[in-house]
Amino acid sequence: MNLPQIMQYGLSGITVGSVYAIVAVGFNIIYNTTGIINFAQGEFLIVGAMTAISLSHVVPLPVAILGAVLITTALGGLIELVFIRRVRDASVLRLIIVTIGLSIVIREAMLHIWDEKPWSLPYFTGTSSTTVSILGAYISVQVLWVLGVSAVIVTALTLFFRYTTTGRAMRACSDDRMAARLCGINDRWMVTLSFMLSAGIGALAGCVISPITQTQYDMGATLAIKGFTVAILGGLGNSMAAVAAGLFLGLLEALVVSQFASAYKEVVAIVVLLLILVFRPSGLFARRATSVRTA
Amino acid sequence: MLKILNLDAGYGALRVLKGISLHVSPGEAVAVIGANGAGKTTLLKAIAGVLKPHAGEIVFDKRNILGRPAERIVRLGCCLVPEGRHVFSSMTVRENLLLGAYCRRRENTAASVQEGLEQVYDLFGILKERSSQLAGTLSGGQQQMLAIGRALMSRPKLLMMDEPSLGVAPLVVRDIYETIVTLKRNGLTILLVEQNARAALAVADRGYVIETGQIVLQGPSRQLSDNPEVQRAYLGKEYRRIDE
Repeated sequence: MNLPQIMQYGLSGITVGSVYAIVAVGFNIIYNTTGIINFAQGEFLIVGAMTAISLSHVVPLPVAILGAVLITTALGGLIELVFIRRVRDASVLRLIIVTIGLSIVIREAMLHIWDEKPWSLPYFTGTSSTTVSILGAYISVQVLWVLGVSAVIVTALTLFFRYTTTGRAMRACSDDRMAARLCGINDRWMVTLSFMLSAGIGALAGCVISPITQTQYDMGATLAIKGFTVAILGGLGNSMAAVAAGLFLGLLEALVVSQFASAYKEVVAIVVLLLILVFRPSGLFARRATSVRTA
Repeated sequence: MLKILNLDAGYGALRVLKGISLHVSPGEAVAVIGANGAGKTTLLKAIAGVLKPHAGEIVFDKRNILGRPAERIVRLGCCLVPEGRHVFSSMTVRENLLLGAYCRRRENTAASVQEGLEQVYDLFGILKERSSQLAGTLSGGQQQMLAIGRALMSRPKLLMMDEPSLGVAPLVVRDIYETIVTLKRNGLTILLVEQNARAALAVADRGYVIETGQIVLQGPSRQLSDNPEVQRAYLGKEYRRIDE
């Protein structure tokens, strides 16, 4: 392979990898406040993208995306209030099964609303043929949008969790639930907020990738598996590690595609997931063993 | 300030507290002593709202707080330093203290929070030195100081402490108790629960002795320390009587 080819595969790997990272960050936000894996996370991306596509017919693109993010955020909050909060004797396993059920319901609802055709948002800038050249590789301008938005999301979240009162309160809930309540933090509200936040960033990620990958009602499941692999790879709950793990998986997939038939691409995530679960279940970057939360 | 009548509480079908009644007046320091498993921690958890009591009455500052959630009770000024400290171990000392002020976030200003921090740092100098260190890396005694400091950041009217001497080096226990005396002198109302009866009765005005979920004895601290039953059971004196 020559340099332009390496760059081409590398950049495409980084692009999908950064999307996986955003999905994984969504998993982590909810995992940190509740101890559960929200298997409807992939659906948030698709709902966001689909809503934006529908809205873009009536309002300008930026407004459509903003609207889609807000609507999906509200949906995330609603799901928590209506389904998660009301589960009696809410064990972690029970809640996870609820989220699996929800992902199926959302997917079927989307099938009815948007049918099985793939849709896509228009390119944010330029057209599908607008490219920029980086070290001999030609990439779509939309790729830069994906990378930029992913970087902004991760940075904004990091600042939010570190420097805002609400962000700190959410971290406090994941650290020690009882102590958080004794500080006056309403832990139930923090859980709702974590669902809203995950849904919102998921929707935004869904919108930026839509022009490249197109959006189909059932794509959430694949994204969820990739995101889950990345979250486990980085160590559940660790968002910075998830970014590194996301880029790693994206590049690995690109490498496999460059050497073998592209059909093997989907196998990569599953193989990585199995290997990590067998050999390093607490993640590549874990300093201490991940214990099951009993929040 | 705090008045408890016939409180029943426990875990599921297990009844730990059986009709506890006690009161704490403003400015007073009250100790609740008793053996392991007597229900001391359950009592404080029930008052703080972490545990939902089965029956009874808890009146704090003329409001009935029975069954209210913990986050609302701390906002009223009734704050618990839980047993085992429960600091946020993955967060820095400073962040822990700032979270202590969370319940007052609507009335807080940057200046009032800073003032609170300074007061805590004055009380526990070590926390200022370690302010950017993760709470999980502190020693047991420092974590206890942090837990107390975090509670003080909420500017409580009543400070409840559950076993502040547990798992803390004896020298540090003395420091912590000296701080409790200081807090009391500054007018803070204190409800203290301890297995370490000697330390608790030394700082408290009054005390209650709790056994298997019931108050078996109460009175001024001096009177309790002089009581032969208390001395035998909780202060480790006159052990010969047991041999006889």
